[in-house]
Amino acid sequence: MIYLLLATVLAAALWIRKRPHLVLPWQRVAKGSVGMVSLLLLSLFVLVGLLDTMHYRAALSEKSNGQTVYSAEVLSVFDALAKGIKSRSEKTYSAPLAAYLYAKESMETSEGKILRDYPRLRYGGAHLADPQRELLGDVLKRTGIGALEGLLIGVLLIAVSNMLFHFFVKFRTVWSSAGREISKDNWISTFTRAMKNKPFKALLITTLLIAMLLGITVNLAAVYHVLGTDKVGQDVLYLALKSIRTGLVIGTVTTLVMLPFALLLGIAAGYLRGWVDDVIQYLYTVLSSIPSVLLIAAAVLMMQVYIEMHPDWFETSAARADLRLLFLCLILGVTSWTGLCRLLRGETLKLRELEYIQAAQAFGVSSSRILTRHIVPNVMHIVLIAVVMDFSSLVLAEAVLSYVGVGVDPSTMSFGTLINSARLEMGREPMVWWTLAAAFGFMLVLVLAANLFADAVRDAFDPRLNRT
Amino acid sequence: MKSDSSLNQLRPLTSTPPEIGRREFILNVDSLVTRLNNGARIVDDISFSLKQGETFALLGESGCGKSMTALALMRLLPDGIRVASGDIKLGEEDILALPEYAMRKVRGGQMAMIFQEPGLSLNPVMTVGDQIAEVLTLHQQLRGKEVRPRCVELLEQVGISDALRRASEYPFQLSGGMKQRVMIAMAMAGQPKLLIADEPTTALDVTIQAQVLKLLRDTQQKTGMALLLITHDLGVVAQMAHQVGVMYAGQIIEQAPREQLFARPAHPYTQKLFAALPDAGRSGQPLAAIPGNVPPLGAPLAACRFAPRCDKAWALCHEQVPEWTQLENGQGVRCHLYTSQMGSEKLNLKTSLSPAPSNVSGEGAGEEGRDTFLQVENLQVHFLIRKGILQRTVGYVKAVDGVSMNIPEGRTLALVGESGCGKTTVGKALLQLITPTAGSVRFAGHELIGITARQLRKHRAGMQMIFQDPYASLNPKMRVAEILQEGMDALSIAKNSDERQRRIDELLEQVGLEKASKWRYPHEFSGGQRQRIAIARVLAVNPNLLICDEPTSALDVSVQAQILNLLKSLQQQLRLSYLFISHNLAVVEYLAHEVYVMYLGRIVERGTVAEVLHTPKHPYTQALLSAVPRIDGQGMKTIRLPGETPSPSRPPQGCHFHTRCAHVMAKCREVYPGETIISATHRVHCYLAAE
Repeated sequence: MIYLLLATVLAAALWIRKRPHLVLPWQRVAKGSVGMVSLLLLSLFVLVGLLDTMHYRAALSEKSNGQTVYSAEVLSVFDALAKGIKSRSEKTYSAPLAAYLYAKESMETSEGKILRDYPRLRYGGAHLADPQRELLGDVLKRTGIGALEGLLIGVLLIAVSNMLFHFFVKFRTVWSSAGREISKDNWISTFTRAMKNKPFKALLITTLLIAMLLGITVNLAAVYHVLGTDKVGQDVLYLALKSIRTGLVIGTVTTLVMLPFALLLGIAAGYLRGWVDDVIQYLYTVLSSIPSVLLIAAAVLMMQVYIEMHPDWFETSAARADLRLLFLCLILGVTSWTGLCRLLRGETLKLRELEYIQAAQAFGVSSSRILTRHIVPNVMHIVLIAVVMDFSSLVLAEAVLSYVGVGVDPSTMSFGTLINSARLEMGREPMVWWTLAAAFGFMLVLVLAANLFADAVRDAFDPRLNRT
Repeated sequence: MKSDSSLNQLRPLTSTPPEIGRREFILNVDSLVTRLNNGARIVDDISFSLKQGETFALLGESGCGKSMTALALMRLLPDGIRVASGDIKLGEEDILALPEYAMRKVRGGQMAMIFQEPGLSLNPVMTVGDQIAEVLTLHQQLRGKEVRPRCVELLEQVGISDALRRASEYPFQLSGGMKQRVMIAMAMAGQPKLLIADEPTTALDVTIQAQVLKLLRDTQQKTGMALLLITHDLGVVAQMAHQVGVMYAGQIIEQAPREQLFARPAHPYTQKLFAALPDAGRSGQPLAAIPGNVPPLGAPLAACRFAPRCDKAWALCHEQVPEWTQLENGQGVRCHLYTSQMGSEKLNLKTSLSPAPSNVSGEGAGEEGRDTFLQVENLQVHFLIRKGILQRTVGYVKAVDGVSMNIPEGRTLALVGESGCGKTTVGKALLQLITPTAGSVRFAGHELIGITARQLRKHRAGMQMIFQDPYASLNPKMRVAEILQEGMDALSIAKNSDERQRRIDELLEQVGLEKASKWRYPHEFSGGQRQRIAIARVLAVNPNLLICDEPTSALDVSVQAQILNLLKSLQQQLRLSYLFISHNLAVVEYLAHEVYVMYLGRIVERGTVAEVLHTPKHPYTQALLSAVPRIDGQGMKTIRLPGETPSPSRPPQGCHFHTRCAHVMAKCREVYPGETIISATHRVHCYLAAE
């Protein structure tokens, strides 16, 4: 289903490309540095999410009766890439970049005495002989190397993409206009020309920074737990990265479920008035007066019982978890459209009195056409803002539901489950802060990037802001 | 001292005061420049001064920087605009040098301001009395028990009856005119030396406008304050001002005492402005429209700003900014015509203001024998008032109460009345945008009321509407071509898309727009151009009758003339009929053949333009006509209408107008007067005429 979504987006992009007046606003987006930087970040998140979506089951080495046997565990491409940090789990909590466990344990020393101390980690900093002294130096060294490597890779990446772009442009000019003079500049001048525009520069700097950060992370993650480990010793970085997919799915799918309800019912109520308005108003007033957690809990529990009664439907636990996630999105969507619907109804009430709507009515334009041609484009800015706002609140709602125990499948990693577990950890003495910090950091970047990008898009599409 | 203001207005105002002592300058503005942060000049080098008891009018079209000047005086410029240079002196104080806390004392205390939209400048959740009390405690140091009586006194001064009760009412309980009175009372509460009135009557009806203007004049006489009046309305200027500064694109281009300016405008722009005013004398010929539009704020400064639109411009005008020139009679002007040799030669060449009459003059003949296109009988539109949980109907608002009219082919019928009298509702009911309650609308022989939507669609093309606000009547998310195409699509006018595109090009040419503009969005056009697009949109479906709902009231005078000319020439080319809904009697006089005067949902008088506007029989028509400020400053004796239009949900018993009528008789209060036939075309509903 996620592939379907991706295909739709691609098809829409192709469709838009053919229509110059629709390309124009996107070009404006491309001209803003904030929009482009947030798009870059967003696409990184989406990339991680997509990698995590490509599931496969590893073939086991032993064959039974000549048939390949697949393991019960479903892995994603992302799991394969992050195999290192996935498999290296400790006993329990450990701080970021630590070489020792976060809890004291009784250990038997070589002399046979029982000592109560922080034991060494099984993987984190295991290569160090004396972590007390060497840890800082090693971390710094690896950071430096990582940064350098990242920088190199970043530069290489930029150079390669620049070359590609250069040849692409050249190819196109040769192709499209044989008669015109072929630009003689080499790829360096293409680069210097590109450097002159601001968003490209910003993009460049961000790319380099991200590349450096990635380089550092990869280098450190090879031997340390960059963001520490959780209660059962899983690497928090891995968990956080896995959570991205859940967050994205909940954010987008729920919005997609909610939108048609909110948009259709909202503008229908506002434009048609009369009994349609009454019915829709009663519907959303009733819906929003039921405590939504209760409603969702009831629905989720029903669904859970249903799933458990038909265990044979699901080949793997991952498929079950995914279905549960999907249902959660559906339920969240069905219950959360009321706010946007009310907003849209109000805006439509205002719009329908405007004279261009009346002019259309005077032409005898049909209601459905007025709704799609006149009203929908003019409420789009509200939709866009509300959707982005909802995106973050939905990710949070998922956390609340996980807390009540009706959220995602316990085996699914999500920001909600991370935050939920952090609730207990914050109360511990000494405090375990890194789970929450990791979830917080990732969510912040994700939501902020989405917000800024939506802002840039909205500004680009608002004809009033773009006087030529 | 205060009483001889009439004497003063004759005296020219020059940069050096010719008289000493007699009257002090209250406000001195010297080469004021305000800029946007990007350097564009919004107000460019403005100087003027104001004496006690004097009224200085800043006259100009929208976007020329009048309001910005006022805000600069109050130091209330919006973010991003700042005063770049210049001096503002209020009495002895340098306004620009004052710290913000001292400025707060000046605002309201020494300078007060009233705004265009009285509905938006009062706080809706505070009673009127409290809002005035706020000013009193701030600037008059009144406390406790002293405040209330003073509030009431102020309200009485601005002519609000039953002031004690009104003081404890909220703004929504007051009508527009009353709100503006309250605003004036608030402004007067601080006893300011200078009152800045930014388009104080633009949002009001003519009869209310006349009341408010009189109030401003009276208050000025009593208190001797100076008044800075900002307006675009030449008529208001003619009534109020002693000195006039004409602004164009951020500069004062001409400054003179009122009489001189109206008798002998010096700057070509001012001359054109007068020529562009529609009135009956010009009804045979096109108006002298100024081509083009007001330049956007912050346009380049290299030349005279009016040069691109000026028919007297020559090379110098496009190269050099004209200097401020003081003429012998005290008139100041910013134009090359008065600075150079070449200019004075050109000036001596007598140029006729009104363009040569075109083929229009053949009109007027052959009035007989036209087919009646639209026949309206006893049209009624009643809105239900519902109350309670069960939505029971508790009453009706009789927005339109029995209107009948006939519009023949190629003629213009004007529907005149104040806001709220139901004239727009008539227009919409004719188009079936609002379902009429009763009556009959026959269009080209077909009854339109009571038929199904499908049947109605067949007749849609014949009748179309042009709306008042060109900014709200075009969908901002659609391009011009899409807007024009919509009607053709809906009514399947042209067969294929090629034909449609051709038709769109044709239409754009017809309304005077470039073909290239069809791929642009409406916001890229100015108000006048947008109205042209709106006209092209309705022309796309080949209508026979256009309902024009105040099509020029949102436009500047110079642009209004362009649109009126366009409407007139389209009428001749396409033999269109117009139902012209307007409150602007000058426009009506210029454009219409027949006039219907409407009051509270009913036609009170109808007839040809000459009959209704020159020999009005109904007291309401007479009052309406006399309330219109005329630029010649005279005209009929002013009949002031007391009070405001009653609510159409509870119209007065008997003649609707009797509550405001000066000639009211006993029977007026009882029975609505029937129709009195004055001539073949002139009918009136009034007992006076019947006698």
